[in-house]
Amino acid sequence: MRFSALVEVRTRAGIADPEGATIEAALPALGFSDVANVHVGKAIRLEVEADSAEAARARLDELCRTFLTNPVLEDAELTLVGGQ
Amino acid sequence: MSARVGVVVFPGSNCEHDVVEAVHALGGTAELVWHGAGALGQVEAVVLPGGFAHGDYLRPGAIARFSPVMAAVRDYAADGGPVVGICNGFQVLTEAGLLPGALQKNAGLRFLCRDVPVRVEDSHSVLTAGVEVGTGLTLPVNHFDGNYTAERRTLDELRAEGRVVLRYVENPNGSVDDIAGVRNAAGNVVGLMPHPERACNPLVGGTDGRVLIGALLAAAGGGWARASSGAGEAQAPREMPARLSTAGSTPTSRQTA
Repeated sequence: MRFSALVEVRTRAGIADPEGATIEAALPALGFSDVANVHVGKAIRLEVEADSAEAARARLDELCRTFLTNPVLEDAELTLVGGQ
Repeated sequence: MSARVGVVVFPGSNCEHDVVEAVHALGGTAELVWHGAGALGQVEAVVLPGGFAHGDYLRPGAIARFSPVMAAVRDYAADGGPVVGICNGFQVLTEAGLLPGALQKNAGLRFLCRDVPVRVEDSHSVLTAGVEVGTGLTLPVNHFDGNYTAERRTLDELRAEGRVVLRYVENPNGSVDDIAGVRNAAGNVVGLMPHPERACNPLVGGTDGRVLIGALLAAAGGGWARASSGAGEAQAPREMPARLSTAGSTPTSRQTA
């Protein structure tokens, strides 16, 4: 089966996110003072061929660990969108 | 002595000729080694230069570490061969697991391009052997992702083992503990954000980099590998998926005299 997936890569706590900080700093001037905790990451969409959702997840976990994130700086959240 | 330095060229490298010029100016010979090469040839030191390898896509160094030549660099480093990563090359070495830690974005959202004062903190490395600890140097920096960070345990280890090679005198980018360069345990692998190769000619702003490039040439010519007899270090490199395919690229080894 082919599974679609969304990988969200986020900076870990304590790692600089200057892009998020800059967006947040601009919000009051735009009238969005009620918005806070802005973080900017990456969204990576991909497809993987696997026998089951568990197998797809395991394969993509490995991909995240070895390539899509640098564990010193980043975490990843994996969402399987569905198989067909 | 004419030490032979291999300068690796990734797609997007842009400081390789600066390194070649500096090596030549100090009496060594240099050759460019394309990232698709499967071997390094008869070199006595390897430099990973600055730039934006593979466009810095995903993260600086993330894709470069799968370039075919990196397997040879890894083996060369494990055998004790001198390997220096400058700026983007430092980022590649951390991604490849040849040096600990990582380079995050500069504190302050600024690309930095200026001369900064640094201090030599350790002389047990191929880049600082023979350079007195405490020596002050002025070197250019030119980076957006130069803010060195590492896990607490790694930092403690680096400090305890004296593996911080260079520190900023005035921290320009937020690097933890003012770290500008680090080495592996054996001292044959060094990474630094400042560009010593761009400070080897008074015409372009200074000559403080000569002492470092000169030390590298001495280490290369003097056989650092033999002197440190099998001190290659297992850094527990990150798991490696299959190597990046170079199909469609042009794996030629460009040479300069």
